[in-house]
Amino acid sequence: MSDSVYREAILDHSRNPRNKGTLEPSDFTYEDVNPLCGDEIRIDVRTDGERVTEIRFSGRGCAISQAAASMLTEMVEGRPLDEVKAISRDDMLEELGVPISPARMKCAMLGLKVLKAGIYGVSPADEAL
Amino acid sequence: MITSAMGSATDWTEVRDDFPILSSVNARGQRLVYLDSAASSQKPISVIEALDRYYRETNANIHRGVYDLSERATAQYEAARATVADFINAASPREVIFVRNATEAINLVAQSWGRRNIGAGDLIVVTTMDHHSNIVPWQLLAEERGARVAAVRLTPDGQLDLDHYRGLLAEQPKLVAFPHVSNGLGTINPAAEMIRLTHDAGAVVMLDGAQSVPHMPVDVQALDADFLAFSGHKMLGPMGSGALYGKRALLEAMPPALGGGGMIRKVTLEQSTWADVPARFEAGTPAVADAVGLGAAIEYLQAVGMEHIAAHERALTARALEALREVPDLTIYGPADPAVHAGVISFTLGDIHPHDVAAILNEENVAVRAGHHCCQPLMQWLGVPATTRASFYLYNVDEDIDRLLSALHRARAIFAA
Repeated sequence: MSDSVYREAILDHSRNPRNKGTLEPSDFTYEDVNPLCGDEIRIDVRTDGERVTEIRFSGRGCAISQAAASMLTEMVEGRPLDEVKAISRDDMLEELGVPISPARMKCAMLGLKVLKAGIYGVSPADEAL
Repeated sequence: MITSAMGSATDWTEVRDDFPILSSVNARGQRLVYLDSAASSQKPISVIEALDRYYRETNANIHRGVYDLSERATAQYEAARATVADFINAASPREVIFVRNATEAINLVAQSWGRRNIGAGDLIVVTTMDHHSNIVPWQLLAEERGARVAAVRLTPDGQLDLDHYRGLLAEQPKLVAFPHVSNGLGTINPAAEMIRLTHDAGAVVMLDGAQSVPHMPVDVQALDADFLAFSGHKMLGPMGSGALYGKRALLEAMPPALGGGGMIRKVTLEQSTWADVPARFEAGTPAVADAVGLGAAIEYLQAVGMEHIAAHERALTARALEALREVPDLTIYGPADPAVHAGVISFTLGDIHPHDVAAILNEENVAVRAGHHCCQPLMQWLGVPATTRASFYLYNVDEDIDRLLSALHRARAIFAA
């Protein structure tokens, strides 16, 4: 079914999450929840001061939130911090490649919200998006 | 409508045809299967037309208008109150207060009766299965008054632990709040027995009827309920309609919860005195059209017959419980016995997140709810963050259960590794 959100890429990342785990020590760690679904995401990042050298995510929740976080770790690993800061909501949606309904947008964006909050070292990640 | 209270062979698909929204289809031509009536019901054409007719022919502010239109609007509003009173067998329409929903009804009791009657150290009893709307208002009150709140535990199959309840009653609570039917588990609680026990202990009962009044005959005098809250929008009525029932002696001893127009006897700049009940609790212009629409909804339910509706839902629930038990990896919460399990079925499907289950069901145009159902303490007790919930009403038919089952099998197939 062409309009399904549950296409192979999402299911693959959901079943076989990339970069799942934690980093201790890390250069920054941040976590947050999506109160609507109860999704939880934590992201740990190591940097060399300019680039993301290692990234791990952990948490639990719906397939969309977990797959999106998994995809996000692949998007940012090795990339300059400035580029990571510039990742937009639309970039994330493009990477997901499936239609995200308004009801599931918070699931899809939770990983990016957590990463941005961590990278800026602040909480107003919604504004950063 | 071709059904009748006496009709022995109601064609429930013809009942469904009275609800315009239920004939809608998705882009793939699949008819909507609406299994979220525990959250809000759909509306029959008679209710939609009652709202339309009210605004075309009768609309005016009620009470104190001396012109014909206002008198007609007032008469229709008060006729709706009498219809509600008759529906729950209240002793008088004066015992019915129109509110927006069950939440507002319970908050009214907490803010009015509660502030007058709950003091420091007093005990309020709720249950582990209550909706947040029958927990949080009591927590707010308890915090303000220095009272405490205790919760009745559940048995392993999701019924209230009556032994634990008796133990709490021995601590002489002032008020007990519990749901007639659990919106998270479907459990039908033994309301009459619990109310008798509660009265023996000298406490007042706040019965949450949001999931019972729409689905089964509820008689406040037979139950001896002190307060009963329910939402009109869950029983075919308009959004924003609901009612609080209270025993007249209790209501007459209560102060207003909101001040304003319509609820006063005399106002001076120094002080005011209050109108009689129920006007005392209906400050400001009420939702007149929505009350009239609720009256029309009750007339529809009465024409079909509440016993008849309850039997139909029991049959659907028994069939669904049996069919769902055959789905691999599916866990059903709440009592296994359909006699104490209303048409609200909460479940999880293996490791698939309830929101993903609901999203896949939606792709098949099957509407169910997923989440904590405003019952986070219940979810904590179940040990799950959320469940998927299917709930039935009079317009559901066997085919809807077949569609639910086939969509669940599709969800399993999609997530099979």
